[in-house]
Amino acid sequence: MTDNDTPLINELENGPWPSYIKEIKRMAKRKPAAKDLLGVQELSFKDKITHWKHGGIVGVTGYGSGVIGRYTDVPEKFPAVEMFHTMRINQPAGWFYTTDSLRKLCDIWEKHGSGLTNFHGSTGDVILLGTNTESLQPCFNELTEAGFDLGGSGSALRTTSCCVGPARCEFSNIDTLDICRDFTQEFQDEMHRPRWPYKFKIKISGCPNDGVAAIARADFTIIGTWHDTLRIDRAEVCKYVQNGFDIKGLVIDKCPTKALTWNEKESELVIRPDDCVRCMHCINKMPKALRPGVDKGATILIGGKAPIVKGAYLSWVLVPFMKMEPPYTEAKELLHKIWEWWDENGRTRERVAELIERMGLKTFLRAVDLKPNPQMVFRPRSNPYVFFD
Amino acid sequence: MGKGKSDIGPPDYRDMLPEVIKNNYGKWKYHEITKPGVLRHVSESGAEVWTVRVGSPRLVSIDFIRDICDVADKYCDGHLRFTSRYNIELMTPKKENVDPIIKAVEKLGLPVGGTGKSISNIVHTQGWVHCHSAATDSSGIVKAIMDELYPYFISMELPARVRIALACCINMCGAVHCSDIAIVGIHTKPPKVDNTKVSAVCEIPTTMASCPTGAIRRHPDSNIKGLVVNEEKCMYCGNCFTVCPAMPLADSDGDGVAIYVGGKVSNARSVPMFSRLAIPYLPNNPPRWPEAVDAIKNIVEVYAKHALPDERMGEWIARVGWENFFKLTKIPFTEHHIDDFTHAVDTYRTTTQFRW
Repeated sequence: MTDNDTPLINELENGPWPSYIKEIKRMAKRKPAAKDLLGVQELSFKDKITHWKHGGIVGVTGYGSGVIGRYTDVPEKFPAVEMFHTMRINQPAGWFYTTDSLRKLCDIWEKHGSGLTNFHGSTGDVILLGTNTESLQPCFNELTEAGFDLGGSGSALRTTSCCVGPARCEFSNIDTLDICRDFTQEFQDEMHRPRWPYKFKIKISGCPNDGVAAIARADFTIIGTWHDTLRIDRAEVCKYVQNGFDIKGLVIDKCPTKALTWNEKESELVIRPDDCVRCMHCINKMPKALRPGVDKGATILIGGKAPIVKGAYLSWVLVPFMKMEPPYTEAKELLHKIWEWWDENGRTRERVAELIERMGLKTFLRAVDLKPNPQMVFRPRSNPYVFFD
Repeated sequence: MGKGKSDIGPPDYRDMLPEVIKNNYGKWKYHEITKPGVLRHVSESGAEVWTVRVGSPRLVSIDFIRDICDVADKYCDGHLRFTSRYNIELMTPKKENVDPIIKAVEKLGLPVGGTGKSISNIVHTQGWVHCHSAATDSSGIVKAIMDELYPYFISMELPARVRIALACCINMCGAVHCSDIAIVGIHTKPPKVDNTKVSAVCEIPTTMASCPTGAIRRHPDSNIKGLVVNEEKCMYCGNCFTVCPAMPLADSDGDGVAIYVGGKVSNARSVPMFSRLAIPYLPNNPPRWPEAVDAIKNIVEVYAKHALPDERMGEWIARVGWENFFKLTKIPFTEHHIDDFTHAVDTYRTTTQFRW
């Protein structure tokens, strides 16, 4: 196969955004699988349809997840991608790397796979894209020697991920990286041996800006927050205003609960702490002058997911405030209660939010020993159909 | 063949952190964006770290990673990180390293940007390079869109950040359903049941139970161990195909993309919200998907022209009303836009307040 055989995908080598086709072509010079992947991609562009089949069950010894089996439906044309399995490699928390560790990963994938990768997959793993069944175990063995392990797939705990957190962000109210590392180490079995009704995701964001979209996609959502009052550096506020910053228009008027006022005469920003809902807007706008409070912890929410099957859900508030200090016993005990109830009652491919909707939040709260509180709802019910049992 | 070690977990992040990060962990005081793609974080200690944010196509070769490692070895003491939107972040305590880093990555053909009021990298799925259930490609259409929106990646001129995500089917791996603009691959034709294979490769009760609308039944002819689909009840979700490979629903002419708008995950100002349907169907038209690219560009431009400072797409639409969104973008409102799934009635208007 030459460039002449792939006119459609060649077009995507043009334009200012970096080209993945160029990347595949780079590997195609020395990897037959990358070369045949170009062929499959060209064929899909021509046919407007995928040329990959359902994965078979492939994996490494002792694991039920971490490898996605993949086969093309045109193996006679493109034999080098007859098998093109994916390995999900659990990333270090916060996606920090040394170049040494990355070079080791590259060398292992040079030896055992297509040389193509995703940095990273949506869930957070490094995706090693494309190898055959025989290479899986030797590749895995070398990966673990180099200090890497597989991530989650199937009906298991999926790879946990977190925002950059205290490593490089002043907004973070919890140690997102340590929680991610600690939970990942504690729940290796839940991640590597699928045994639940369906997938379960944990994501950790350090503040309500929610940098890893935890509220939209994590069954167990941890978002850093604070219980006291945000901190105001009066001198720095004045500097913003003196430099022409429109504090009235860009901060005061945008506060969702009208908790802030600007005293022009005294040059003072005043907050009514009870009205602040910790939305982060004012802090985002004036990071030099405003900071989260000092009584830090997390809001725990439950049930975020994409549409399959019963529709998408944003996570619901479960524990309004939880202190997050190692070894994170309270959060872990709650997780075990949730898993036990879901495992007991969930149907095949039923995420925990769908089960809560089917059984009722009341039933769920009783099962996990939590008392109802008004932070859990936007508003109470309007109908009269109450079960007094 | 040995077993390898088992359940060791990923490398410890503490072994991966640059020195300046280790020394100032949890002590950061404030940050500023000094120019598009460049962040400066300042610690309580007075130390600072400069970050250059670099766009990546996500699907990259190991040689690409090695190239980036060369830059990190030269200017960042052998450390780097990635963001949740696939950008690469090169960090250094030395301000004088910032410009050489930018020069080095630009030499590799990579853009610097994706900060503040920009359009950052598009979160996306695998598409036709790897997925069996894809209704559209991912990397290809993303490349076509980012080529067009490139000026927004390298600048910060929008009213607020615009987060774009793409899922190649409605399984939506990744949080596309809460994005300012979400592009979703859709099927528009019911599955074609291959009853010669069903009994061999599928579990019949599981397949029937997988259908959220109860459209799948046992074949009425008891001699045939197979299934039938009530096509009128099918909403093309593909859940049956996930559990039963003998029910493919991919179709060259029927598959395409839908565009949803106005979602967000951040709690800033307004609460997190779902993206909502703007355009029900656009065709798959590789290699550059001109219909989808034009539609997205139009939405971005109309938003940029009309939104107030710091207003996200969904906040702007909430203020001006969906009726104005459709008017301003000249996108036709059709019966497809009216919800008829679960909780649909919550979206019907129960007030006389609206705009003409």
